[in-house]
Amino acid sequence: MSHLPILSIINFLPLVGALFILLTSGDRETKARNARAIALIFTLADLAVALFIWMNFDTSTPAFQFVENVSWLDAGITYHLGIDGISVLFLVLTGGLMPICIIASWKSIENRVPEYMVAFLVLETMMMGVFTALNLILFYIFFEGGLIPMFLIIGVWGGKRRVYASFKFFLYTLLGSVLMLLAILAMYLYAHTTDIEELIKTAHFPATMQVWLFFAFLASFAVKLPMWPVHTWLPDAHVEAPTAGSVLLAAVLLKMGGYGFLRFSLPMFPAASLQFAPLLFALSVIAIVYTSLVALAQEDMKKLIAYSSVAHMGFVTMGIFSLTKTGIDGGIFQMLSHGVVSGALFLCVGVVYDRMHTREIDAYGGLVSRMPLYAACFMVFTLANVGLPGTSGFVGEFLTMLGTFQVNNMVVIIAALGVILSAAYMLYLYRRIVFGALVKPALKTIQDLNAREIVTLVPLVAITIAIGIYPKPIFDITSVSVANLVAQSRVVTVAPPLRVAVLGHEGRR
Amino acid sequence: MSSMSTDLMTLLPELILAVGAMALLLLGAWRGNQSTPTITILAALLVALSAYFSFVGPDATAFHGAFVVDGFVRYIKAAILWSSFACILMAQRFFFDEKQARFELPVLMLLATCGMSLMVSAQSFMTLYLAMELQSLSLYVLAAFNRDSLRSSEAGLKYFVLSSLSSGMLLYGITLIYGFSGNTEFSAVASALKSGGASIGLIFGMVFVLAGLAFKISAVPFHMWTPDVYEGAPTPITAYFASSAKIAAFALLVRTTLTAFPNAVHQWQQIVVFISILSMALGAFAAIGQSNIKRLLAYSSIGHMGYALLGLAAGTVLGVRGMMFYLVFYAVTNLGIFACILAMRRNGEHVEQIADLAGLGRTNPRLAFALATMMLSLAGLPPLAGILAKAFIFLAAIEAHLYILAVFGVLTSVVAAYYYLRIVKVMYFDEPAPAFDGHPGWSVAAVATAGTLFSLFFVVNAGSLISAAGTAAKVFFK
Repeated sequence: MSHLPILSIINFLPLVGALFILLTSGDRETKARNARAIALIFTLADLAVALFIWMNFDTSTPAFQFVENVSWLDAGITYHLGIDGISVLFLVLTGGLMPICIIASWKSIENRVPEYMVAFLVLETMMMGVFTALNLILFYIFFEGGLIPMFLIIGVWGGKRRVYASFKFFLYTLLGSVLMLLAILAMYLYAHTTDIEELIKTAHFPATMQVWLFFAFLASFAVKLPMWPVHTWLPDAHVEAPTAGSVLLAAVLLKMGGYGFLRFSLPMFPAASLQFAPLLFALSVIAIVYTSLVALAQEDMKKLIAYSSVAHMGFVTMGIFSLTKTGIDGGIFQMLSHGVVSGALFLCVGVVYDRMHTREIDAYGGLVSRMPLYAACFMVFTLANVGLPGTSGFVGEFLTMLGTFQVNNMVVIIAALGVILSAAYMLYLYRRIVFGALVKPALKTIQDLNAREIVTLVPLVAITIAIGIYPKPIFDITSVSVANLVAQSRVVTVAPPLRVAVLGHEGRR
Repeated sequence: MSSMSTDLMTLLPELILAVGAMALLLLGAWRGNQSTPTITILAALLVALSAYFSFVGPDATAFHGAFVVDGFVRYIKAAILWSSFACILMAQRFFFDEKQARFELPVLMLLATCGMSLMVSAQSFMTLYLAMELQSLSLYVLAAFNRDSLRSSEAGLKYFVLSSLSSGMLLYGITLIYGFSGNTEFSAVASALKSGGASIGLIFGMVFVLAGLAFKISAVPFHMWTPDVYEGAPTPITAYFASSAKIAAFALLVRTTLTAFPNAVHQWQQIVVFISILSMALGAFAAIGQSNIKRLLAYSSIGHMGYALLGLAAGTVLGVRGMMFYLVFYAVTNLGIFACILAMRRNGEHVEQIADLAGLGRTNPRLAFALATMMLSLAGLPPLAGILAKAFIFLAAIEAHLYILAVFGVLTSVVAAYYYLRIVKVMYFDEPAPAFDGHPGWSVAAVATAGTLFSLFFVVNAGSLISAAGTAAKVFFK
């Protein structure tokens, strides 16, 4: 096992699939059929590889595993891959959602199917690459490389305002990322390496430099995550993207920002992270409360869920910047849980959109009487998004708040408002769509979930409930790495008042 | 006598071009226009031969230091000769389609290439000026080569008038430098600057020289000719302007600043920083409103020169390395894009509007993919080649503490990304326009393919080209 380049395989297997699709020939119908089949086979194979990695993952060490290191551009810029407890589950999340996305697009995409599948497979390569890269330049290439396929997915297969949304998505994200590129270059000049492992271990950047680097990385991750006030691209992109595009956007692409904070900001700029944690707290709670309120007022289902995503990501940043083990564990869990739940919610929207071709909440009502199965699935995800105990949403929100409470209880009190608001907007949404009398004539003949949709939704229901009731397998994997991360981010010299804050909750952990 | 023959051997690649051009001219005069295809092939072969000899030749200095061959020269010449090779072949097809094929064309391009080759090797102001004039005179004719076309003639005339003005400035600068330092050789000028200090006359001379060279690379504020000439000149000639001519002038600028004025760094650095900022800004903003793809590329090239100048502004090994690498990336990608433009033919007519590309993703997926890949590469998006080129430039800028300039550079690159994306949008998001004519010819297809493959796969194996540039860049910093 040690010599098989398993991470390269998981990264580039989808690309091989894309190549196969490009090589298929035949008339339009055959090509489309082949493209779907090939995409499904390769994403399933990639999922199998991800599960294999998960099974063989050693949970007892914080060190990077399955490491590959080959010379590439220059000394210090090598092709270095590896995973630890923080990244491994994101591989599984990505691998698991991809086949679901392909199945969800099976019938709803009819135009230019081969190109669509190629874009998704390329996107999968980039996403896997982000979570496995152990070199900053490599990371940057994967991180940004996802922009082009996503731009095309939104722009070619999107809704009415797709052009506006795709440009906004692209330029926003690019603007944040180029600043990160400059920071990466500055780090290279200081430490003569862009190797992530090396930088975490050996590079101790001077305090002022840390501040600059921290903000450059923040610019990128805050846009990606997205944090208030740079979140405005997200509702547009979500609304216009095709269902599967929204799923990946919400489930995986947003997580890259949170992952970036964990992988770079905390261990490499610990002093700056500590210094600016209050700022991040402020942005997080604003995001939680403000976007929840905005979500309440939405008339478009996808927009509502998009705003709720911003709010949920607020919990993630809050947990991460509590700099406690509990908070970070919770943040990672919340990212995974939100990946599943928000992805599933977008799929639920996709189900009715495919039938009615509208996302207006007002166009629906009383679906429970014709679509009981759909109503049941939708309910599970609604409640998980609210954070009901017993669903995965609860564990993440609870732990992030618990972790933050050790540092700053005011922040948590405000954030708790967000939990209430999330119940308000989600239940309000659910009531308007599913309950009530089925009076709209267009809905009289609507059909319940078909087999294909059941295949996509049921696994997600199972996961949502399973890890909600028994989250231990997740924490078993993240625990050691997170403990190590917390230890690394403590190796700092800080101003006295902040040190008190850190030591204050040391004992309680 | 033996020294004379060594000197000539050093000059062999240029001799091949010059003597070959004259031989082909005779052949053409004797055989008439039906010999054009033969002459084109022979011209391309001569360029390849010249490239071979410039690659295997040793480092040397000839004609009392007026002419030099080193790693930098070889690296830049490889890019120039590849571009010339590609342009000569593409031009043949283009003018054949336009029923304008004449044997003078490859001959003129050979002479221009010879001039560019000499420019790269120039190490004295005399060589500099003569080489540049050889190149420019050939280019004036080439720009106006489509003599029945009003636009082409206008482009040629405009280029001639403005370029002559800049040559005048250059010559004026050279005379000032000669007057105040008593020498035309770069190294002698450098030592005069060191011993005598930066006298006002020398600085004036330097500024005039820089202005003249900035005109040739179309850096702001000497860029006015670029959009008109790009638009008016026949497309393969535009490709030639955009690739070979730019690189040669840029290499000349680098050598002049770094070997003749290393002791006036602070003076020229200010100028370079200034024109770099202006070029990046203008390149980013002015291209947004363009509807003609050649005009758009003209502004884009102004912007790219701004980035390359950023490497020169750093004035370090890293900077020169990044800049050399950037020029190669720029030339290969731009050639590929111009090849794609040459493939834009509808009912036997060449079209140049961006709107003509509408829906190309459906009507001609391969061409659309090639053009999109190269456009995004120019925009600097990973995993395409452009991002590494930009990264090495910004690396040098940060090393030289030009932080503001680096931030400004990345911000303008985001603005510029907009208009590159717009082309992708037109090709993939919009409803199809009528399809283009069939196969554009193998030379065009080959150049486009080369540019696409370079953009796509460069990132996999960039190390060798970068380390070669790193070694070559050291010649200026002994």
